[in-house]
Amino acid sequence: MDNAYEALVESEGDTRWAFGTGFDDPLAGVDATVPAGVDGPDLGAYCLMLGDDALILSHRLSEWCTRAHELEDEVALANISLDLLGQTRMLLARAGQADGSGRDEDRLAYFRDEEHFRNVRLCELPGGDFGRTIARLLVFASWRLAAFNRLGESRDPVLAAIAAKAVKELTYHRDYAARWLVRLGDGTDHSHQRAREGLEAVWPLVDELFEPHDVERRMVGAGVGVDPASLREEFDAVLGQVLEPAGLATPETPAMGRVGGRAGRDGVHTEHLGYLLAEMQGLARAHPEATW
Amino acid sequence: MTATEAVAGGEDELQRHFDATIDHDQRVEPRDWMPDGYRGTLVRQIAQHAHSEIIGMQPEANWITRAPSLRRKAILLAKVQDEAGHGLYLYSATETLGVDRTDLTDKLVEGRQKYSSIFNYPTLNFADIGVIGWLVDGAAIVNQVPLCRCSYGPYARAMIRVCKEESFHQRQGYELLLTMMSGTDEQRRMVQDATDRWWWPSLMMFGPPDGDSPNTRQSMAWGIKRHTNDELRQKFVDMTVPQAETLGVTLPDPGLAWNSERGHHDFGEPDWDEFKRVLHGNGPCNAQRVERRRAAREDGQWVRDAAAAYAAKQADRERGAAV
Ligand SMILES: [Fe+2]
Ligand SMILES: [Fe+2]
Repeated sequence: MDNAYEALVESEGDTRWAFGTGFDDPLAGVDATVPAGVDGPDLGAYCLMLGDDALILSHRLSEWCTRAHELEDEVALANISLDLLGQTRMLLARAGQADGSGRDEDRLAYFRDEEHFRNVRLCELPGGDFGRTIARLLVFASWRLAAFNRLGESRDPVLAAIAAKAVKELTYHRDYAARWLVRLGDGTDHSHQRAREGLEAVWPLVDELFEPHDVERRMVGAGVGVDPASLREEFDAVLGQVLEPAGLATPETPAMGRVGGRAGRDGVHTEHLGYLLAEMQGLARAHPEATW
Repeated sequence: MTATEAVAGGEDELQRHFDATIDHDQRVEPRDWMPDGYRGTLVRQIAQHAHSEIIGMQPEANWITRAPSLRRKAILLAKVQDEAGHGLYLYSATETLGVDRTDLTDKLVEGRQKYSSIFNYPTLNFADIGVIGWLVDGAAIVNQVPLCRCSYGPYARAMIRVCKEESFHQRQGYELLLTMMSGTDEQRRMVQDATDRWWWPSLMMFGPPDGDSPNTRQSMAWGIKRHTNDELRQKFVDMTVPQAETLGVTLPDPGLAWNSERGHHDFGEPDWDEFKRVLHGNGPCNAQRVERRRAAREDGQWVRDAAAAYAAKQADRERGAAV
């Protein structure tokens, strides 16, 4: 007790701090050299895509805080949000290294406008009720897990290391969502209805997940990235395994249209993203000279 | 002597056994006999503590989506998650006393059980997040460290775990303030403004003055409380003044001065009328805080119903499979 004051001002690292919060540079000590034959700006754009997906969904999940139906799920949803935030920090840091701009994670998260965000539109959809939240999480985690399993083999050692760590987290996220979707689908009539509506609300944004962008194609060619189209089969199989015991059918809602052929990966979003960014970026932008 | 042996001796014998446990500074455990008053006081105190952890998430969660750096966002989210964990351990501790978590939440949302009055104040700028860590978690530590030696075993053990985490929270909050104080003028202004608003409510966290705290004596005799409200408040002020100096903020109390005779700081009297008003539901955020908790509970009813229905179906299916 008497040493509380000393303990407060000492500045050395302490491993007991909450995970993912105690370090300034998430990629400190990792060799940042872009591998030979890999285009830096392309690698940067690719990392932004993967980082923005995590950042925007992490934000949506954090909106649940203090609103969950049970304390255990309060903790679980915060945990998933925190995992995705950790992935974001590493991916944005890598993006700023690889594209040669030297922008750090905060420069990228807080000082880019909407049209420069590369996330798929699925992530920005408002959370809705727990049914929709779980349906979206199942879709997202199943898709991202399939991709990150393959990214473990990426020619970019930084991306490979980030993916290897994220795989464990995403496996937990997918299982959490799968267990809940089955409970909701096979719970009461009312919960079945809510689960079905949640799934129908997110389904129009599923096809976009598997449509490769030019940057992704080039990253596949360089041995760095994953072709999203190649993930569909695994994704469908996983969803099938969950929907069957949940007593839910695959929705037939048609895919959401694009704008002149463009969507999230091209920086063309839904109307929801602007509001999300206004909230997320407002304070940081009001004090551009500040350090936090 | 075991509890079973004591039973043979009847109520007086049980009481003597309990008194001896307290006198020898030993722990009372869930299976031990305890007087009804002791059990009731513990339930009230631990429930109030659990509710405070859960309601206390709200003023901080208010800034998660707006945190101005990803690192601060992660720290804040992890902290709020820790508080949910504290609520969980504490509700579990009440369950060892034979009450149901659901009933306690009912009492909270119906206004029949209280939580710390501090959480009825709003968080208005990002420095509030730092000041809450520094002063509110700081005051919580001063209150709770002695409870690690509380006579009731499950509560004492929960407090050891909770106190460890609260000290990280305090440190992280203070570190945010140090960073902001070395930033822009506007950031320094935020820190001072937040300090001005949270200082007096923090002093109120130790409860009314000793003369106004009728239950303190009995709680101390039972080893549920180890120091009086005024002793703890003094300790907190003495601990905090040098921290404020290092930080470079002014604590908003013109009466604050070192008293070399007492070896403590003198300080002003909190506004106890304001304290009572907040405690009786008329603080700036009471209605909002309880409403949020009530809404989370009601909006989530269908999810809890679904989980229960699914568990029942699963149990049926297992029985069916076994036949
Ligand atoms: Fe706590
Ligand atoms: Fe805390």
